[in-house]
Amino acid sequence: MTKLPGKQMVVEALKREGVNVVFGFPGGAIIDVYDALEKDGGIKHVLVRHEQGAAHAADGFARATGKVGVCIATSGPGATNTVTGIATAYMDSIPMVVFTGQVPTSLIGNDAFQEVDIVGITRPCTKHNYLVKDVHKLPAILKEAFYIASSGRPGPVLIDLPKDIQNQVAEFDYPDKIKLRSYNPVVEPHTRQIERAFKLIERSKQPIIYAGGGVIIANAHKELRKLAESICAPVTMTLMGLGGFPGTHEQSLGMLGMHGTYCANMAMANTDLIIAVGARFDDRVTGKIEAFAPNASIIHIDIDPTSIQKNVKVDVPIVGDCRKALKKLVRTIEEDGRPQEVWREKFQPWWDQIRAWEARHPLTYKTEPGVIKPQYVIEKLYELTKGKAIITTEVGQNQMWTAQFYKFDEPRTLLTSGGLGTMGYGFPAAIGAQMAFPNKLVVDVAGDGSIQMCIQEMATAMEQKLPVKIIILNNQFLGMVRQWQELFYDRRYAATEFSVTPDFVKLAEAYGAKGFRATKPEEVEDTLKKGLATDCLTIMEFAIAREEGVFPMVPAGKATTEMLLV
Amino acid sequence: MKHTLSVLVENEPGALSRITGLFSGRGFNIESLCVAPTLDQTMSHLTLVTSGDEYIIEQIIKQLNRLVDVCKVVDVSEGEFVEREMALIKVKAEDETRAEVLRMCDIFRCKVVDVSPRTYTIEVTGPESKLKAVMELLRPIGIKEITRTGTIAIQREKKTV
Ligand SMILES: Cc1ncc(C[n+]2csc(CCOP(=O)(O)OP(=O)(O)O)c2C)c(N)n1
Repeated sequence: MTKLPGKQMVVEALKREGVNVVFGFPGGAIIDVYDALEKDGGIKHVLVRHEQGAAHAADGFARATGKVGVCIATSGPGATNTVTGIATAYMDSIPMVVFTGQVPTSLIGNDAFQEVDIVGITRPCTKHNYLVKDVHKLPAILKEAFYIASSGRPGPVLIDLPKDIQNQVAEFDYPDKIKLRSYNPVVEPHTRQIERAFKLIERSKQPIIYAGGGVIIANAHKELRKLAESICAPVTMTLMGLGGFPGTHEQSLGMLGMHGTYCANMAMANTDLIIAVGARFDDRVTGKIEAFAPNASIIHIDIDPTSIQKNVKVDVPIVGDCRKALKKLVRTIEEDGRPQEVWREKFQPWWDQIRAWEARHPLTYKTEPGVIKPQYVIEKLYELTKGKAIITTEVGQNQMWTAQFYKFDEPRTLLTSGGLGTMGYGFPAAIGAQMAFPNKLVVDVAGDGSIQMCIQEMATAMEQKLPVKIIILNNQFLGMVRQWQELFYDRRYAATEFSVTPDFVKLAEAYGAKGFRATKPEEVEDTLKKGLATDCLTIMEFAIAREEGVFPMVPAGKATTEMLLV
Repeated sequence: MKHTLSVLVENEPGALSRITGLFSGRGFNIESLCVAPTLDQTMSHLTLVTSGDEYIIEQIIKQLNRLVDVCKVVDVSEGEFVEREMALIKVKAEDETRAEVLRMCDIFRCKVVDVSPRTYTIEVTGPESKLKAVMELLRPIGIKEITRTGTIAIQREKKTV
């Protein structure tokens, strides 16, 4: 067995966990780990320009690959700068390991220079965290961190490394496997519950599958599709679930909830059976909870028991890995042996109703001569990329238009901050995704507000020669907030209008990137073509209709059937 | 409804704060909380008294279980259990009331653990209802100070947490 200093243990553990890229920003309290990384030379480090960027990039890397994302920051301000990124990952159940430097153990609690209790600060927004006080425990902590981050319902884990611990030496006994007496996520779903679920499906006349991010996290998209096709049930997805079932599939009703399709929300309101898979009945999905799906029985598959029965009463809870549960459910259906046509016929009246809703209010927008509609930009983006790009988004209208008008067919192709709704997420996340897939097209769809929240990472992308594409839907407003003000605050646009915005084309050029701008509808396609064809970081700015809204919209606190339409 | 939960948790720094943070962060109630190491020094046993309807209690138990440091959670108030709490009560005991305080101690099987010319400090142990009764009766005499441990509980018979 070898003796290693703490700093080198970190590097060794990263290698054993198969980590080949980390995102970070150095400082005095983490300089030793950086030194070990440099000496080793086997792990690519991406130097960001702000630690929030490092956390989001690690998160984007994790969402695009399904692997654990890793980021590194120094103590104090470096550590606090990662907090938004950690909370973002926590809310969306993204596996991440965050290393922070800490003042030497002898100084902890003394208000030392750049000391902050980051373990205390991040306790409510990490799945677990550690302050390492004994170097002998470090190998086990490192192993645990990766295991906890990536198993069960994934999430971020933080390891706070005091400077002296980084330099103390101990045996590096890295366990291959670990078992924790206090942490044993249930992955195998209960067979009896699956049988009960099948009985409900059998009895149902108007079922709907409601799929969330858990489908993507569990890599259960194939099984989900099998389930949907074998019983001919409609599928609606949450924002986090987009891509978990093909958006172009004839059984897809698109996204549901606050900005979901009319059809999806009407189907949810009228269904007699919700088959929820890896979704958590969030308030953006249910609207006014008392009016939510009043006639529905609910089957709820989720690996996290706390998600079940939290917001709605569930008839058949199935705790376990979505993929395993779906597999079992599909097997039960196959064993039952009813051919697909029988199910199709059984649900035909329901489908007739659904098609009528679809026809009544399809997703749409009004065109105006001479004005670029943001929805049009997204439609064109979809066409030109053939739906094959990895799309990240910022937060606000840009995010919702993307969710509505880009049809995501594959999992892990939409990376967006759903739970926390973090403006500034999309661009660094795109950097993380592009690091993972250098040859894929990675596009951040942004608003002019959000993009300025992590714009400094343009230098990072240039330094790493990452050809990330940024589409800015520029309405010179904090559009989503403005939309609320328009609808619910008598158009009093308090603090939502920007009177100064940089010239984004020039800004791109200042970083050595490329910039294009379109101000008329005729220019949209050309601008996209030019911008998408570059081999470097590129901004495409679209001057869009300033007061365009996102519709349908369920006003906060209203029933999901009370939609405002185009 | 009041519920008494027994929680086995890793004896790690920060574990208690994870639990209290969970309660404050999610708006759950803590009426009392008692922690001490178990026979196995690497674990702590925590008795937590909380209240809420069945859904809230279900969420509390699930959320506690979700914490990585928590090994086990049992709602002991679901079955047969014994609960005890201890209070130290410093009560005014001057000429005319000294005898009465002692008489009360006798009836409730309390112990006098400290004596001064003007006060008695008495130790009372029992379920919360008994503590309340004692406090009620001593109040007119004049309680100067009280400290309480909070409830600890254990399941009856063969059941163990
Ligand atoms: C960090 C952060 N601060 C504030 C908000 C609240 N917020 C939600 S959407 C939005 C407007 C976003 O504006 P912009 O990026 O220009 O996008 P648009 O809605 O115009 O597409 C704001 C301020 C947020 N989600 N995140």
